[in-house]
Amino acid sequence: MSDRNVAIVGYAGLPVVGAGADPALMVQAVVSRLFEESSLPRDRIGFVCSGSRDYDFGQPFSFISALDGVGAWPPVAESHVEMDGAWALYEAWVKLLTGDIDAALVYAFGCSSRGDLDAVETLQLDPYTLSPLGIRPAGLAALQARALIDAGRYTEADFARVAARGTDLTAEALLEADYVASPLRAHDRAPRTDGAVAVLLAAGDLAREVCERPAWIRGIDHRIEVHAPGFRDLTVAPSIAEAGRRARGNLPQPDLAEIQAPWSHQAFLIRDALALEDGTAINPSGRVLARDIPMAAGLSRIGEAAARLTRGDADTAMAHATMGPCLQQNLVAYLQAGES
Amino acid sequence: MADSGALTEPFELKYAYKRSLGPVLQQFFEALRRRRVLGARTASGRVLMPPSEYDPDTGEAVSELVPLPETGVVTSWSWVDAPAPGEGLERPFAWALVRLDGADTAMLHALDAGSAERVHTGMAVRIRWADAPVGGIRDIACFVPADDPIEAPAPLPDPAALEPLTRIVTPTHLSYTVQADPVRTECLLALAERRLLARRCHQCGEVYVPARATCPTCAVICEGEDIDLPDTGVVTTFCVINIPFQGQLLTPPYACAHILLDGASVPLFQIIGGCDAADLSKIRAGMRVKAVWAADDALTPTWESLRWFELTGEPDAPAADWERYV
Repeated sequence: MSDRNVAIVGYAGLPVVGAGADPALMVQAVVSRLFEESSLPRDRIGFVCSGSRDYDFGQPFSFISALDGVGAWPPVAESHVEMDGAWALYEAWVKLLTGDIDAALVYAFGCSSRGDLDAVETLQLDPYTLSPLGIRPAGLAALQARALIDAGRYTEADFARVAARGTDLTAEALLEADYVASPLRAHDRAPRTDGAVAVLLAAGDLAREVCERPAWIRGIDHRIEVHAPGFRDLTVAPSIAEAGRRARGNLPQPDLAEIQAPWSHQAFLIRDALALEDGTAINPSGRVLARDIPMAAGLSRIGEAAARLTRGDADTAMAHATMGPCLQQNLVAYLQAGES
Repeated sequence: MADSGALTEPFELKYAYKRSLGPVLQQFFEALRRRRVLGARTASGRVLMPPSEYDPDTGEAVSELVPLPETGVVTSWSWVDAPAPGEGLERPFAWALVRLDGADTAMLHALDAGSAERVHTGMAVRIRWADAPVGGIRDIACFVPADDPIEAPAPLPDPAALEPLTRIVTPTHLSYTVQADPVRTECLLALAERRLLARRCHQCGEVYVPARATCPTCAVICEGEDIDLPDTGVVTTFCVINIPFQGQLLTPPYACAHILLDGASVPLFQIIGGCDAADLSKIRAGMRVKAVWAADDALTPTWESLRWFELTGEPDAPAADWERYV
């Protein structure tokens, strides 16, 4: 294991609505803002890594188009994951640990306005036994929510309280709404939008040089569970628990946690799997059902957590990103501000 | 057009994936085609339904396929009042995880119960078979409450007449509305007026055609002036297309080329048309070309307004003028 320390030293996020969700324009806007707010010079970036999904844009190699917003001439060292940008950050972190580079740019961009993302996610399921049935994300999430209710762990009112947080609606009022897929209602889902987020990573002395309070990555891990929903106990999230244990090690209960819960009931599963106690503020950036930029929501959780440490709001944070049906695949990072 | 005046265009993405089945799913689907259910037994004795090639806990191959009954219990469910196109059944229904009797895992399928009030976790259900099985998961039409009367499905075809099932074909269809950014919109509208619109990057000075919003070198929004470039230029590189392919617009042989318009910093990828085989054999880098535009009544804000480029027969441009852009 490398003894290098790697930190998040910059974050910018940008929801975009009604702009046509052009990959290059969204990425240019967020990356240029990131560099404007950082003293890290662009020419110190040794690696560029991004996360996005071409099917969201209906455009093959849209991640190559997006590079026009980053600047790729003279040629840059670049990689892309067809995943949430949190996994692009993981790749960049590994690259930094090798010692080959001292700084990396990670970004993610997504859109929900061009096509039918639910249909895309249906096509991503097992093509033999799941996708031909046409089950939508709401149906899969609802099977998990029902399992939690059946187990006596949580109720629809609990879900509604999560959804009501950060809005001027009451849980009681939300419970009046029709089901989309019982026991879940439209408000149980994080609202999707277009946009992009970007993060700067730097190692060791460079991190200290460009940031007064770098958010050091003390641990980061990702785990995946079997795909078939009927093979899993949907009332627990063992991949989150395992990634969380490995990311946190023996470090203290974090001051805050930024979690990615695409559905309200999943906030409880994530909190329980990460063993978060009452002293940990959950999603101080805003709602638990935060605006969900496809393929960027997970990276935005990491960025929001890091930004709070850098600002001095807290000293320690955990951040969580998820992909796949019913929290199938998860990434957890433990961040700590201050000396390293 | 969008409210902003930007050009929009519907885009339908359609493709039929052909997937091989492998030994386990082949047997599973061949059995479903005969209205029989097979689960997969693992080395540890668990029975997986739907069967998978490998034990998800150990990664070991499954040891054998075993028959399972048509009955089971619901382990979780969700009522869907308004199914999306292609989702489950064409009427209100429940998604259900069903553990078939004798299986250790649950399978997902639709449950046709009439109303949500009839559905609960732990309820007994049974398979309703599709009338015309083809070898796929939808050969199970759905599950129904176990005590519902069940109509006999249509008779099965003669098993001897069935071909072995080695793959499934999955048609996919996604619909998009793609919107051009403001600069690209201007450029497309210019094409309908037989104009080739370029934009200069205010930072590096390069002239991009088609006009673009971002400079890929400087990573800035291009804020230089818009320029109408002449529709003449130079071939910087080319290839002759001799083979037909799906979606081809012209009949081979014809040439594709990078054409550096006079005054541009980047070449356009375009077709060289109006050539016979003798012309094609003489095409070389440095030849001068000129655009051939569509007739007045065929002009649209698309690249179809520019039919192709043709050779002008002028003397070649000196290499010093264009070799930087090859």
